Amino acid sequence: MQAETVTRSRTEVADRTVEPLIAARDLVLVRNGRVVLDHVTLAVGPGEIVTLVGPNGAGKTTLVRVLLGLVPPDSGTVHRRPGLTVGYAPQRLEIDPALPLTVARFLTLARPAGREELGERLAEVGLPPCLDRQIGALSGGEFHRLLLARALLRDPDLLVLDEPLTGVDLAGQAELYRLITEVRDRRRCGVLLVSHDLHLVLAATDRVVCLEGRVCCAGTPVDVAHDPAFQRLFGTEFADAFAPYRHHHRGRDA
Amino acid sequence: MLRAAAAGLLFALAAGPLGAFVVWRRMAYFGEALAHSVLLGVAAGFLLGLAPGLAVLPFMLGFAFLLLLLERQRLVPVDTLLAVLAHGALAAGVILMSLLGGVRTDLLGYLFGDVLAVGDGDIAVLVLIAVTVGGLLARFWPPLLSATVSEELAAVEGVPVRRMRLLLVLLLALVVAAGMRVVGMLLVMALLVVPAATARRFAHTPETMALLAAAIGGLGVLAGLAGAWQFDLPAGPAIAVVTVGLFFASLPAGLAPAGGGRP
Repeated sequence: MQAETVTRSRTEVADRTVEPLIAARDLVLVRNGRVVLDHVTLAVGPGEIVTLVGPNGAGKTTLVRVLLGLVPPDSGTVHRRPGLTVGYAPQRLEIDPALPLTVARFLTLARPAGREELGERLAEVGLPPCLDRQIGALSGGEFHRLLLARALLRDPDLLVLDEPLTGVDLAGQAELYRLITEVRDRRRCGVLLVSHDLHLVLAATDRVVCLEGRVCCAGTPVDVAHDPAFQRLFGTEFADAFAPYRHHHRGRDA
Repeated sequence: MLRAAAAGLLFALAAGPLGAFVVWRRMAYFGEALAHSVLLGVAAGFLLGLAPGLAVLPFMLGFAFLLLLLERQRLVPVDTLLAVLAHGALAAGVILMSLLGGVRTDLLGYLFGDVLAVGDGDIAVLVLIAVTVGGLLARFWPPLLSATVSEELAAVEGVPVRRMRLLLVLLLALVVAAGMRVVGMLLVMALLVVPAATARRFAHTPETMALLAAAIGGLGVLAGLAGAWQFDLPAGPAIAVVTVGLFFASLPAGLAPAGGGRP
């Protein structure tokens, strides 16, 4: 059964000969009588950045949680490469204020590390040296950078980032996308990204999967931007932006 | 008196760090439900002809496990369910005790503790419980803490979060059973929650908060016993009152209610 899953997902990502890091096939999830995931098939390979886009309530976060094994699907399979290390930055994480926690202690929960290394990771995601600050004293944007730092500290084979840049200003976002791309290049890890900020994301992505309960279209950013299903959700401006396939900085997300 | 101090300190040592988890994970009401069921366990022990101190342990572990399973249902809110079971268990316990006779003399001791009357057997049980709780908390500290900060992140990082939750609940059952003799079932959660809450203000890491909670609990036990000795007060409530006093004394001045202060 498992072996079959693997071979089938190999054909699914036909352009790669390597085994995908994570491969989901035919995921179905029904909640309160609503079909949240409708036969979703998706794979992320090593060194590949895959971005999930879709309107609110499209099931993006749910799909991520199923892929991570946090929620069992009603049907379908998720195959993870054995021994896969995942670095995960959730969209939201509430830490009870009754729990005193410094930035350093929060990071070392992911993996024991010396202060010097921790400091380097903070600098990498653009945080000031704040190892001894309490988590609760960080701003929303700072906290999301910290979640990214923690995910990176795990030295992951697969980075899963759910709206990682919530609260980060635009300049910071561009910088962090560069960092994500750079980490991918350096470590050949796979990246699964959920995002709203289409302009920035599409430029830094290998493959886009547009989700609306089911996968309504998937492919390179250029292909997806010209897909009628995508244009119905997000309009045609991205197709214009990608016509010459270069980076545009006008406007905010759709 | 020496025995009472030893029993109280052993209990405070186990209750402090575990109490930190109770505060972090908001398990206070869960603990109360466990505490309310102690009497039922004692009565069950009498029925089976076992020593109350021993019979209560397996009963509490079983009840804790049952509560954990029932928490998953979605028919009623979890705190409502806990209230139903807590009071059901308490009422059933009192009835069973009265059927067995001897309630009038014993009930106050179970409700508010009788630490001045602990024997060597009780101390042995307390040592066992303190070592078990301290040892298991130390052994599983990293995954326990990780699962407490965020169950979701911990699960993705390979921490068996369900087993950690089970471990904490079983340890809580043990400590509640241990506290029955010291401060009684009605006050036992005070010694879990209040020292940890007091320690929060002085701690910058989870580890210091857990250790401080043990120290503050120990201080409350010794000062409470001294007060009980000096003024001929009931020992369990004296310990609880001192501990609560320490909590209010630790609050920043602006938060303390007018007139609230040192005991």
